[in-house]
Amino acid sequence: MTTIDDVATTWLTVCRLDDLARERGAAALVPDEVGGAPVLTQVALFRLLDDRVLAVQQHDPFSDAHVLARGIVGTRRVDGQDVPTVASPMHKQVFDLRTGVCLDPAGKVPRPGLLPDLRTWDVEVVDGDVRVAVTAGAR
Amino acid sequence: MDAQRHLVVIGGGMVAQRLVEALRDRDTAGTWRVTVLAEEPRRPYDRVALTSYFSGRSPEDLSLGDASLWDDPLVTLVRGDAVTGVDRDARSVTAASGRTYTYDHLVLATGSYAWVPPMDGADLDGVFVYRTLDDVAALRGYVNRLAEGRTVRGVVLGGGLLGLEAAGALDALGARATVLQVDTHLMSAQVDLGGGEALRRLVNRLGIGVRTQSTTTRVLPHRTGGVGRVELADGTRLDADVVVVAAGVRPRDELARDAGLPIGPRGGVVVDDSCLTDDPNVSAVGEVACIRGACIGLVAPGYTMAEVAVDRLLGGGAVYPAADTATRLKLAGVDVASFGDAFARTPGALEVVWADPVGGVYKKLVMSDDARTLLGGVLVGDASAYASLRPMVGRELPGDPAAFLLPEGGAGAPDLELPDDAGVCSCNNVSAGAIRHAVAEDGCHDLGAVKACTRAGTSCGSCLPLVKKIMGTELGKLGVTVSSALCEHFALSRAQLYDAVRVAGLRTFTEVVERFGSHGRGCDICRPVVASILATTAPAHVLDGERATLQDTNDHVMANLQKDGSYSVVPRMAGGEVTPEGLITVGEVARDFGLYTKITGGQRIDMFGARIDQLPLIWRRLVDAGFESGHAYGKSLRTVKSCVGSTWCRFGVQDSVALAVMLELRYRGLRSPHKIKLGVSGCARECAEARGKDVGVIATDKGWNVYVGGNGGFTPRHARLLAEDLDTDTLVRTVDRFLLYYVRTADRLQRTAPWIEEVEGGLDGVRAVVLEDSLGICGDLDEQMARHVEQYEDEWRATLDDPDKLKRFASFVNAPDVPDPSLAYVPERGQVRPASADERAVLVAGATLEVRS
Repeated sequence: MTTIDDVATTWLTVCRLDDLARERGAAALVPDEVGGAPVLTQVALFRLLDDRVLAVQQHDPFSDAHVLARGIVGTRRVDGQDVPTVASPMHKQVFDLRTGVCLDPAGKVPRPGLLPDLRTWDVEVVDGDVRVAVTAGAR
Repeated sequence: MDAQRHLVVIGGGMVAQRLVEALRDRDTAGTWRVTVLAEEPRRPYDRVALTSYFSGRSPEDLSLGDASLWDDPLVTLVRGDAVTGVDRDARSVTAASGRTYTYDHLVLATGSYAWVPPMDGADLDGVFVYRTLDDVAALRGYVNRLAEGRTVRGVVLGGGLLGLEAAGALDALGARATVLQVDTHLMSAQVDLGGGEALRRLVNRLGIGVRTQSTTTRVLPHRTGGVGRVELADGTRLDADVVVVAAGVRPRDELARDAGLPIGPRGGVVVDDSCLTDDPNVSAVGEVACIRGACIGLVAPGYTMAEVAVDRLLGGGAVYPAADTATRLKLAGVDVASFGDAFARTPGALEVVWADPVGGVYKKLVMSDDARTLLGGVLVGDASAYASLRPMVGRELPGDPAAFLLPEGGAGAPDLELPDDAGVCSCNNVSAGAIRHAVAEDGCHDLGAVKACTRAGTSCGSCLPLVKKIMGTELGKLGVTVSSALCEHFALSRAQLYDAVRVAGLRTFTEVVERFGSHGRGCDICRPVVASILATTAPAHVLDGERATLQDTNDHVMANLQKDGSYSVVPRMAGGEVTPEGLITVGEVARDFGLYTKITGGQRIDMFGARIDQLPLIWRRLVDAGFESGHAYGKSLRTVKSCVGSTWCRFGVQDSVALAVMLELRYRGLRSPHKIKLGVSGCARECAEARGKDVGVIATDKGWNVYVGGNGGFTPRHARLLAEDLDTDTLVRTVDRFLLYYVRTADRLQRTAPWIEEVEGGLDGVRAVVLEDSLGICGDLDEQMARHVEQYEDEWRATLDDPDKLKRFASFVNAPDVPDPSLAYVPERGQVRPASADERAVLVAGATLEVRS
């Protein structure tokens, strides 16, 4: 019998840190679950200047295109602190890369049924491997 | 829903469309369902833009508003079924198909028909009216059939708005057109005699003939059938292969007459100020309505009537205000506007006139007796002041009225403050007042906040410069210093940052942000600006080192991002010239990669639907065939459009193609604040439309004339003369300096026309800098351009040779061979287009991934 507790995260190695350029994004496909069914989901990985790697969904909720990894990486000052951001290459909405929160909807609303904020994934870099926390049940 | 009432609208034109839009917008409770009975077989379309059908717009392009309006369950559109009768007692209408519709309320929106004056021969083949898409399509077919091997002669009866449009249409079809006007001058309903004369000269300049005070008595047949000649009242006969009648319109009031409704003295259903006829269950709107004693043949008052009628249907008390009869004609190269009391009919009205017969400009303002309040005006040849002057009717003008008439760069008009009710963003219907309110009351102190708060500029974005200006003025009033800061990371303006980077000799973003930035690592505003500055101060490949991190996705993958996340590819075709082999290669590439192919407005071929991982494969083939990047993705030189020039054309006086090719190769890859386009025409006929470009070159017998500051877009401008009769070397040097002066000093995303307005001294200032070296920088500019030309390297060729740069084109970093599974296409007109969200849900299959351990 499967219980909720069994769905643990698994660390999936997606690439080497050297495969990612600093202050740019790259897309990756990771196993995922939607409504209990296994699927592949597109994530956008970003390597920051300090070699931290952050991951958000590749799907842009404002344009319905899978493009966020191609946005411009930068920072925005929020409450006196510089927050790492990506701006959608489609219509320039700005997102906090750590939390996925939409910091600036640029006067637009998401496509019907979608939320402005992005889903995020935990990422760790171990011995130069970039590993993304994926849902175990999807393996 | 028993409470729901049924509205029937007879007529499927622009006013009917607006009425349904307004009803569905405001009747949120759904108290009305509406049936629109249209005689034409298509959805309502933009009749005002009918003439653009000749410049290639399809009937679909002319569609109005949001098509989903007609998918609304409360809306039914019946097309291609004319109404034959109205039974007011039974409250029902009958259509030609025999179907009957009962109504709770009826709106007549039947519009008008083209009036054909009584004359012999009006029924001959080759006589057309100019009213519907079908009329226009039939005219086009007829002219094209005759045009094989000869010039078609067209005569237009009527010199009003529609007649001039029809003449422009004939001209666009390659026919020689003559306009016959009964009255003393063209557009006599809108423009005074002086304006009419200026207009005639402008129209003549297009190659269109004009005869005023000419009444046509009959049309004579050709011996082979069809139209052969027209005969005028004074006995003159003109040869004509086709006749377009644009003598005016008459209301289509026959249904109302048959139904016994009162009709105005010159036709039209009489309505009161609530748009109601004699029958409380029947309204009339638009050109069929006789309101305050007159029918009005313009769309804006019709829209107003539609809004009034809807308000009344929903229980409101709206009243039709005075008609706004302002009009503006946009015929290629002829700019005419008339507004308010254009004929100075107000007692004591004063007229202030400025005319430049040589330049073909006539401007008149009608002022109140104390010369302070604007009552109306006529603008011919240069109607650029129309947008700002028209909302000022009935208000005091600041300063001397004459100042508003002088050409730009002259004495300089005082800044006009738009009245609160003036529309700024037409996409989202945002007024100047709403923007001021957002700034003053809601605390929006930057463009992003104003956009978010008002939605102004969030659709097409073309009004943003105006929004920014209003915001700046309002902030100034609040005592808030208007910042010219680029963004939160740089307190400098683009021009200041350009100079700072150039003088300091910086080469990377890190250096720039550490030296001149306030904090952080930049954003999507300042990073591309720094990339553009470095591109001309310290040229290097766009993807070299840290520079790659500054590029917008277009520059990053050297292609144009499209709506679904795929890209389009445009190889350079300098001057629009391409060999048959080149065309075959482009065709083969497009076929092999399944790309949608379209000719662009800039004489090139655009291939759409390329996935990011396909771009290197596509470019490998194009580069091998000798093509290079067309920079269609960049804020950089796009194209140099050319006509055929003296090589092939009977009229060309200089070799425009050779010059266009030379200029395009010279400036290719030049990064700038906005995209730049050039045009070269081989003679004054101006087939390359060079005056619509940032730099336009037109051949003369003595050399080249150069025009600058022509822009398309939201506020189209014609380029203005910078210098005349230059030899080729002087021309090139002048253009070099003009472009670099612009690159150095313009704001971010500021095109050349607004830049010329704001740069010190205006056009005269630019002339002094680039021709007389008034700033002493020309040596520097010449050297900088020489360096650009010398160091140019095709970005794609260099990328294909560099495996590191090619890595960024992988679809997925952990599955470089798996194509983006979200992309899907469906066939349309023999090619593909992106699937809609619904279609995609059916088409898209999940990708498979071999997970690495």
